[in-house]
Amino acid sequence: MLRYIIQRVIFMIPVALVVSFMTFMLIHLIPGDPARVLLGEDATPQSVAALQQQLGLNKPLFEQFALWLWQALQGNLGESIQLQQPVTQALLQRLPVTVELGVAALLFSLVLAIPLGVYSATHRNSWVEWLVNISSLIGTAIPSFVLALLLIFLFAVAWRIFPPGGYAPLMDDPLSNLRDLILPMIALGTGAVAVNLRQIRTSMTEVLEQDYVRTARAKGLAERRITYVHALRNAVVPLITIVGLQIGAILGGAFVIETIFLWPGIGALAVQSIFSKDYPVVQGIVLLVAASYMLTNLLVDLSYAFLDPRIRLNKS
Amino acid sequence: MARPTQIGNEAQVIVTQASEARDSRVRSLLRGFRRDARWWFSIVLLLFVLAAIFAPLVSPYDPLAYHPSILEQPPSWAHLLGTDDLGRDQLSRVIYGTRISLSIGVISILMGGLAGVLLGILAAYFKGWVDQAVTIIVDALLAFPSLILALAIVASLGPSLVNVAVALAIVRIPIYARLARGQTLQVATQDYVAAAHGLGTKTTRILMRHILPNIFSPLLVQATISISFAILDESVLSFLGLGAQPPTPEWGSMITEAQPFIFSDPWMLLGPALAIVLVLLSLNIVGDALRDRLDPRDARQLVMPFRKS
Repeated sequence: MLRYIIQRVIFMIPVALVVSFMTFMLIHLIPGDPARVLLGEDATPQSVAALQQQLGLNKPLFEQFALWLWQALQGNLGESIQLQQPVTQALLQRLPVTVELGVAALLFSLVLAIPLGVYSATHRNSWVEWLVNISSLIGTAIPSFVLALLLIFLFAVAWRIFPPGGYAPLMDDPLSNLRDLILPMIALGTGAVAVNLRQIRTSMTEVLEQDYVRTARAKGLAERRITYVHALRNAVVPLITIVGLQIGAILGGAFVIETIFLWPGIGALAVQSIFSKDYPVVQGIVLLVAASYMLTNLLVDLSYAFLDPRIRLNKS
Repeated sequence: MARPTQIGNEAQVIVTQASEARDSRVRSLLRGFRRDARWWFSIVLLLFVLAAIFAPLVSPYDPLAYHPSILEQPPSWAHLLGTDDLGRDQLSRVIYGTRISLSIGVISILMGGLAGVLLGILAAYFKGWVDQAVTIIVDALLAFPSLILALAIVASLGPSLVNVAVALAIVRIPIYARLARGQTLQVATQDYVAAAHGLGTKTTRILMRHILPNIFSPLLVQATISISFAILDESVLSFLGLGAQPPTPEWGSMITEAQPFIFSDPWMLLGPALAIVLVLLSLNIVGDALRDRLDPRDARQLVMPFRKS
């Protein structure tokens, strides 16, 4: 197992270098001189020259990249132009909001998908399966921003049960926080329900065909015990990969959902920073998201190998 | 001298067999069209395509014309989806919006698909450092959640529909590269490829004539699925204000424009929202049906015995 971990981490290094180079290049993709773009139309030549000096823009590109990467590794992502504070500090302030939303959406999708998936795998051709099929098709076809506006219309405009947006900090006011969380959580998590549900159903169906399930039946175990103890445990393994991939979709979706529901997370900050041309912040968020996504996928691979010995033995 | 010719003939036979197999696949595709009810949704798609092509003929009004006397009208017989805050006919704007969604979807998949397939085939065929370089680039592109990569690219290139198409193409490269690479690795070991090699066929010809046609159906399945993702991402980027710019009629930005009226005139959201959902739903259903028909790995699930516990 240790050998497998080391192997995987070593494989990640060239990819991580390319990823950070791509992120670094974002500022250099902007048409025109980065310093002028950063400072805006009416900047004096002196301040442009000073910023060029500060960002090292007159050095060779690879030297600039090395310097930027070295500073990023030490947690220094530069200064935000709009916020008048270091980018790292701005990100750390807003990260908990995004994490709360993402974790809640993921949990919401699993809590719905696992029981429904198991039920529709054990009751093929029932009306529940039909209903699950139709709703998962519609669930994947509704973009999260459309669903968000539909939820706002139903629950905030028509019935006035939940607020149409806003965020009360979790620590200060847990109850208001929960009230603010419900709609964004549903809007962000619904797309994942359909994907998780299909995955659970497929792998449950496969597992229920296996010999050991037949052995368990032959031993006279209760069907409920076979389904939930023997089969579900193995059917959940492929779900880990799917959930790993969905972290990406959920992170991307959080950008939109935070913007709609006025949540002060990194997603909403990214969208604001794109419009205010605060490129160091955009760059910092892209790097942070890519790094956490890579780390999640590494952990997914490792846990997969941990749960299924065939994978780690095959590769090493 | 007899031997090479013999091998040549045998190779020719194998190559012909391969192309016959392709013909019968097309025929079975047509048979399935009659059998599977999901194909009806391809007619919905066809309607959207026709609406896009003939938008000037089928839309009742000019999508850009302001009418200060009919602001924010609810749906009526004159304006089936109502009018927006500038008095523009919503139905006409939805119809014109079809052009943008479908063309950005198709163009970005074509660009990203071509680039990805090319990279994948080259990686699998030449192996060695080419393969390693492609794998690293693909893994790096996959390290970004796709929407965020697209967002970042559009942020640096500047908000516009062309840049959205470019960004969405780049985002789709890795999935096609991986798929094409895996498929090519399988196909390249087949007898008819070895035979073509033996005949002294040029590499480009082997790739174009013998490998590409045989990895085509999984790519086609992927394309129908990714078009729906591309259309979705395009509408998200436009909704955030990074894609279509006003006054262009586009579904995502129409929803942005209608959002402030959710308390007073919520029906303004109806047209663009329904259009997006209907297109995505049809694409997903047709993509599913196509996959069941063309992908032998998933066909297994169809014939799996029915079990009731």
